[in-house]
Amino acid sequence: MTPAFPFSAIVGQDDMKRAMILTAIDPKLGGVLVFGDRGTGKSTAVRALASLLPQITVVKGCPVNTETPKDVPDWANLETKELTSSSTPVVDLPLGVTEDRVTGALDIERALTRGEKAFQPGLLAQANRGYLYIDEVNLLEDHIVDLLLDVAQSGENVVEREGLSIRHSARFVLVGSGNPEEGELRPQLLDRFGLSVEVRSPTDIDERIEVIKRRDAFENNPKNFLRRFRPKDKEIRERILDARKKLAGIETKKAALQDCAQLCVALGTDGLRGELTLLRAGRAMAAYEGATGLTRDHLRVVAPLALAHRLRRDPLDEAGSVTRVTRSMEEVLV
Amino acid sequence: MSPGQAAWARACLALDLLCADPSRCRGMIVRARSSPVRDVFLEILNRKLGPVRRLHPTMTREALLGGVDFAQTLATGKMTKSTGVLDQNRPCVLTMAERCPADTAALIARKLDTDPSFVLVVLDEGIDADEAAPVSLSERLAFSVSLDGIGRMEATPHSSTDTQPVQSAAVGRKTPQSLRALTALAARLGIDSLRPPKFAWSVAQLIAASAGRDTPNEDDARQAAELVLAPRARHLPEQEPDQQDPQPEAQDTKRPRSPESQPDDMLVDAVRAVLPPDLLENINNSDVSRSKGSGAGQRTRGNRRGRPLPSRPGRLDGTSRLDLVATLRAAVPWQGLRGKSKAGPIRVYPSDIHVKRYEDKSDRLIVFAVDASGSAALARLGEAKGAVELLLARAYATRDHVALVAFRGDDAQILLPPTRSLVQTKRRLADLPGGGGTPLANGLKTAAELAQHGRSQGLSPLVAILTDGRANIALDGSVDRTRAKEDAKGIARWMRHAGVPSIVLDLGMRPHPALAALACEMGANYTPLPRGTAERMSETLNAAMDHGLGT
Repeated sequence: MTPAFPFSAIVGQDDMKRAMILTAIDPKLGGVLVFGDRGTGKSTAVRALASLLPQITVVKGCPVNTETPKDVPDWANLETKELTSSSTPVVDLPLGVTEDRVTGALDIERALTRGEKAFQPGLLAQANRGYLYIDEVNLLEDHIVDLLLDVAQSGENVVEREGLSIRHSARFVLVGSGNPEEGELRPQLLDRFGLSVEVRSPTDIDERIEVIKRRDAFENNPKNFLRRFRPKDKEIRERILDARKKLAGIETKKAALQDCAQLCVALGTDGLRGELTLLRAGRAMAAYEGATGLTRDHLRVVAPLALAHRLRRDPLDEAGSVTRVTRSMEEVLV
Repeated sequence: MSPGQAAWARACLALDLLCADPSRCRGMIVRARSSPVRDVFLEILNRKLGPVRRLHPTMTREALLGGVDFAQTLATGKMTKSTGVLDQNRPCVLTMAERCPADTAALIARKLDTDPSFVLVVLDEGIDADEAAPVSLSERLAFSVSLDGIGRMEATPHSSTDTQPVQSAAVGRKTPQSLRALTALAARLGIDSLRPPKFAWSVAQLIAASAGRDTPNEDDARQAAELVLAPRARHLPEQEPDQQDPQPEAQDTKRPRSPESQPDDMLVDAVRAVLPPDLLENINNSDVSRSKGSGAGQRTRGNRRGRPLPSRPGRLDGTSRLDLVATLRAAVPWQGLRGKSKAGPIRVYPSDIHVKRYEDKSDRLIVFAVDASGSAALARLGEAKGAVELLLARAYATRDHVALVAFRGDDAQILLPPTRSLVQTKRRLADLPGGGGTPLANGLKTAAELAQHGRSQGLSPLVAILTDGRANIALDGSVDRTRAKEDAKGIARWMRHAGVPSIVLDLGMRPHPALAALACEMGANYTPLPRGTAERMSETLNAAMDHGLGT
């Protein structure tokens, strides 16, 4: 296994990086969807996230990464319940994964060798309190998508199969990436992602050269490269930690709430999830910037991320949804 | 050196470089059908890479990544795990990659991403441009080699000695000229992804290092461009955006075209020399055909026919079929708990039952053949475009696939091979210029062939022809009104014979009796396009389509 490419070494793609940082500050934002061209650093960014994120306290050996010993599920059969710190889990959910692997299933090994009925936790358990990354989420099989939606919604994974009856908490940030030209994402799933980002290949030659140079330097000598970017990664990590502390204290004026609502009405987003996410994202942004209150500037930055994927789809509208959000913002947030 | 020899030399060079630094190059795509030349190449490949593992597209997850070895475990009473093919630290060769489904490709791609020592050779036997190895794999491999056009005698067993691993020098702060040139060239060839220029740069460095140079010179860059960038080109470098055929504008504007980004002419010439001759034909399609994933179409899942999928727990309710092996596999681990049975050696409970699932492709494909000739343009090309858009919105709702064929001047063009990307279709349509003669026969032929092709991939096609019916260009491109009509009639008869369902929409100011006759010849439903509001037009069209599709 090679070390991951450092997060701060990713050239450009500011929206994508911002969205990831926001979910790191407030995991309740509900995940990020990154849609765009191939070879634009989507997977690189997600894999970089793991090493960027601060350590969390977990019960040693707990299959669902619980924070306190009393939350450890009975079926884990842990003897010692000491605490340890570990990195935030970032779990890869590959295409073609089976239901068993996602939810967890009967532990075949124990059943075969000892004739015991035991539960073997799946990817959802591993991802608890961390990130669940699905590359090419638009190609994922429907029944897995339904399952994920259900768990992401309730924060709990319920396994009722093969004579097992088990439930455990599964709160994770869903990160999906994909290429829209290969298939569309079902609107139900689209809506569950808090933020969405469209990534494009950089158009500037110098920027492209910089991408290639950094990648090349990384492959040549990963150690040196990591050392070069470690201070910057650390700076981001500290800002995230700082923002997490500040998040609760961010002042939200009535005017800001009104702005959110007006923007959503102007765009005709379905439901109220848009407003809520916009508000949350705005506050996380304010915390990251070190501000004390939520201002229109923060909303302006996060509105395309929070709303672009919630618009009523007009398949024949040339203008991208980001353009539509920007247009409405100019009208509403004057 | 003949073109064949040059191509062979390039293929061998790619192989040498791959062996010299597998962790940088990652692997290669060999695009060729089974042939003696390919056999020679694979022989060399096997010799140089050492023992390889063969992968095939239908391999399961367990076979690739490992899992519980049931037979062994039950026999010995001890837990035995099998090692996946991907984890055996050997170079892998994926055969028939054009059939590789997206999920298998994703697993292999993940292996490529996480394990830098993994080497993959992809054998792609696709015939058309739309039959190719999954992009998620081809993106991650440096070389793409085509063995077409190489004669058996030209494929000499490679004489080079064993290649030594080389270590290329790190790039300093200053950007080398060749790196800039390669990046700019990639952008100019329409390669959006940044992986290919990265590979090109690594390859240039490798070539330089094996020649003992520190930084790649122009010649190294040229070779790298030929090997890595040329096979992935999407448009020819000399084409300026405004001269291009209906290339969507939005795509052009996002590509860098600033004057200082112009790569050296030498590089451009080098790449142009090795571009496949049929690039021009595939150029407009390659964007799309490469972007639609592995398959031909929307798949429907069922338990009756199609390609098998992993079975799922279920009930035998009369509509599903039992998957015996999976059921037994589910039952086996429990035998210890369930105790001995008098009835037989194994106790199966209802919860063990697994049912078979299959994947079937049976989506609809609507091929629009739009007459963009001068006469039609004069009449109502704009309205026709509007009508097609209305149909597209409907196709979107019913998740149909659409394809777009335009005929004008002296031939017909596939503007868009079957796709579900509406935005693409809309752009191509909007960019469709009008003018020129009416090669009706050509248009019909192209559309019908596309429909036939779609059918062979399991889609149910419908050809919708929008024309004013005033054919004046014959099949061979000559201007001859009588022959043009005869040719159109011939093709129409062929379509009827081949059973291509079609509808004819008359674009003319007044309904054209000859076109009605042609539709009759084709066995098609003839509908004059009504004048008036878009809604009325859409009503008529919907009715015609429903009829045509037999819904």
